[in-house]
Amino acid sequence: MYKILKKEILSQDIEKMVIEAPYIAKKCQPGQFVMVMVEEGGERIPLTIADYDRSENSVTIIYQIVGYTTKLLSQKLEGQTISSIAGPLGQPAHMKKVKRVLGIGGGVGAAPLYPQIKKLTEMGASCDAVIGSRTEEMMILQEEFKEIAENIYFATNDGSKGKKGFVTDVLKDLISQGKKYDEVIAIGPLVMMKSVVEYTKELNIPTSVSLNPIMIDGTGMCGGCRVTIGKETKFACVDGPDFDGFLVDFEELMRRQTMYMPEEAEHRCRLGI
Amino acid sequence: MGKFNMTLQKTKIAEQNPAERRKNFKEVSLGYSEEEAINEAKRCIQCKSPACVSGCPVNVHIPQFINKVAEGNFEEAYDILVEQNSLPAICGRVCPQEKQCESKCVRGMKGEPVGIGRLERFVADWFIENGKTKEKKAENNNIKVAVTGAGPAGLACAGELAKYGYDVTIFEALHTAGGVLMYGIPEFRLPKEIVKKEIENVAEQGVKIQKNVIVGRSITVDELMEEGYKSVFIGSGAGLPNFMGIEGENLNGVYSANEFLTRVNLMKAYDKNSPTPVSVGEKIAVIGGGNVAMDAARTAVRLGAKEVYVVYRRGEEELPARLEEVHHAKEEGVIFRLLSNPVGIKGDNGWVEKLECVEMELSEPDESGRRRPVAIEGSEFMLDVDRVIIAIGQSPNPLIRQTTKGLETHNWGGIIVEVESMETTKESVYAGGDVVTGAATVILAMGAGKKAAKSIHEKLRKSI
Ligand SMILES: Cc1cc2nc3c(=O)[nH]c(=O)nc-3n(C[C@H](O)[C@H](O)[C@H](O)COP(=O)(O)OP(=O)(O)OC[C@H]3O[C@@H](n4cnc5c(N)ncnc54)[C@H](O)[C@@H]3O)c2cc1C
Ligand SMILES: Cc1cc2nc3c(=O)[nH]c(=O)nc-3n(C[C@H](O)[C@H](O)[C@H](O)COP(=O)(O)OP(=O)(O)OC[C@H]3O[C@@H](n4cnc5c(N)ncnc54)[C@H](O)[C@@H]3O)c2cc1C
Ligand code: SF4
Ligand code: SF4
Ligand code: FES
Ligand SMILES: [Mg+2]
Repeated sequence: MYKILKKEILSQDIEKMVIEAPYIAKKCQPGQFVMVMVEEGGERIPLTIADYDRSENSVTIIYQIVGYTTKLLSQKLEGQTISSIAGPLGQPAHMKKVKRVLGIGGGVGAAPLYPQIKKLTEMGASCDAVIGSRTEEMMILQEEFKEIAENIYFATNDGSKGKKGFVTDVLKDLISQGKKYDEVIAIGPLVMMKSVVEYTKELNIPTSVSLNPIMIDGTGMCGGCRVTIGKETKFACVDGPDFDGFLVDFEELMRRQTMYMPEEAEHRCRLGI
Repeated sequence: MGKFNMTLQKTKIAEQNPAERRKNFKEVSLGYSEEEAINEAKRCIQCKSPACVSGCPVNVHIPQFINKVAEGNFEEAYDILVEQNSLPAICGRVCPQEKQCESKCVRGMKGEPVGIGRLERFVADWFIENGKTKEKKAENNNIKVAVTGAGPAGLACAGELAKYGYDVTIFEALHTAGGVLMYGIPEFRLPKEIVKKEIENVAEQGVKIQKNVIVGRSITVDELMEEGYKSVFIGSGAGLPNFMGIEGENLNGVYSANEFLTRVNLMKAYDKNSPTPVSVGEKIAVIGGGNVAMDAARTAVRLGAKEVYVVYRRGEEELPARLEEVHHAKEEGVIFRLLSNPVGIKGDNGWVEKLECVEMELSEPDESGRRRPVAIEGSEFMLDVDRVIIAIGQSPNPLIRQTTKGLETHNWGGIIVEVESMETTKESVYAGGDVVTGAATVILAMGAGKKAAKSIHEKLRKSI
């Protein structure tokens, strides 16, 4: 059993939890994730390590309530426990020593982006960030990013904060204003990462993306998380989750993510979500 | 009348009938009653130099334990059994007895061999029901030893080390101990309650099990040594599923057997209330001919698939699965497409629609002694299916070898050990089970774990 040390509601359906997990806190690096099981006998779900505190033996996860298991997690309160958390899993993000980085975070994707930008800043890079969400209320980590990013830009679908439109619109604006980046890190919904990559590929700006295929064990045992990277099959949980965006077969991944839609809908139905 | 039962056939064992069991996950074989067990035990003629024992990888004292069964003394039968085998309820169920102990039994020369596996199972189940737990915890010598992986290899190694008095901790990556016994082999063949009981018996000897710790990620082998573990045993198995590299393998509806079985067994997707989904479809092709393929096919039958095929590139005689499983699979309606090799998976809308195969014929034997299958030109055919399960084998997971300096491996990923001691190329680090041999059997993994425990003890006792 693992104790929930802190819980905070970040927006309408995005929450943050700080969980006591000594092994993970001691070793984790930006880009890695954990497998969480809320109740014994429940589902195992992957969540990125959004932050960690080595002295307090804790890791932070930020999750969006989208279905059965994330809902169950959100019903847990500070001081209560979750059944299991295992990690750190996956390869740490390859932090190259570059000068100018643009981080693009869409929705809850801002959470996994944060530790990478934080680390790159510590390594001396100058980082800009674009944060996007549907509405201002749904936007997370604005203050946190402000502290580390050189410049921060926003995009919302309804225009309630920053640019009305998508993060890619902001990206295009920045490039047309003459901004130069050595690298782009894009984390968010697959459609967002796909359209960022379509654009950055044209400009030949190396772009790293973080993939979120369906996982069960997270350790390389099931092969359910396989993705095609430059015609090769990779297991995202061991070889990723971060990959060179130019090489990712997004179409295939989007299709594979929908594999259990009917079953998931039934589970949601049972919880009344 | 002599004291032995000279009937040529094994005493019949009750089984759920196929029509019924197709619809449930309860155990197929119902086991012997006391009278049946005694009756079967009397078929053993108590050979002076028993050949059966040499067929058992852990050399269970077979005639001795069977003799106790014949006498109706089940408690003592159990004590004899566990001297050599700490997981008898499991081995009695899943050992390929026809290739091991029973293949050597003299009674098998004329008629059927003694049902050693069935008797082993009977005794172990009897003990779980009626036995008194033995308080024989050895005195702790305070020397710490780490075991990675709570599969049969790790459990056997840990159990043995605990008997010698070591302070043993098993580190297990998953949230449940048992390895393949929990996530791979289905409930209807090996009830999980039984596995849990046998693991508890190991834990009662003082072994600590830390779950959710992935060695190589949560902590490395070197860090374990730094934390004061004097020796490390690696029993991490062969859990990485192989794929065929054919067209269409990433279509929706294509599973590795590991994924399919993990969803159903470990995550209990067979229960509608489990939040982990599984998607079964109507017509399923399982590729492969081993135990894993049989388990996947029979699981699919139980989950309601209308047609289930086993597609295997060699013939019936070459099927590597246990005989009993093939037999059970056929009874349950699994359709065998032998001498057929899959060459591609088709699906226009992103989901599997067809499996393309080619017919094979067997030519001369290869190095392994098995006749090599070759494709018959122009014999391609399509199988209409909406799910495909790939069960063509597993390799060792690379995580530990990638994160442990000085640990040498074969190019296929298996850890290299010194066969006598099971010591790896890294000092004080031992390995055994599937991670050394590639996918093999429960009892071989246990044998390797025990052997490593002995070597570890040999080395460490000097420091006591
Ligand atoms: C490496 C990785 C890191 C992730 N990090 C985060 C994070 O930091 N914050 C966050 O909110 N989400 C993250 N996700 C996604 C998160 O795992 C899913 O949202 C969650 O599993 C949904 O579970 P559910 O039961 O609530 O919803 P469901 O209703 O079961 O599923 C909703 C959708 O989520 C996806 N999903 C379902 N089950 C899984 C699964 N086992 N693994 C992956 N995706 C699944 C599917 O696309 C599905 O259609 C990450 C995913 C991956 C692979
Ligand atoms: C579906 C199926 C059916 C089978 N049927 C039979 C049968 O009928 N009869 C038979 O004799 N054999 C059968 N086998 C084979 C048998 O199960 C294996 O040979 C045996 O389990 C190997 O034992 P092991 O301890 O080496 O590995 P495993 O059982 O694989 O256990 C390894 C353990 O290590 C853990 N682990 C892996 N990596 C790490 C890490 N980095 N850190 C910590 N823990 C880790 C795993 O989670 C697992 O719990 C079957 C196998 C399968 C898959
Ligand atoms: S452990 Fe397996 S091989 Fe050995 S006697 Fe028992 S059933 Fe036979
Ligand atoms: S070989 Fe057969 S008959 Fe002889 S001791 Fe072994 S089990 Fe009994
Ligand atoms: S999640 Fe199972 S192999 Fe990646
Ligand atoms: Mg779910």
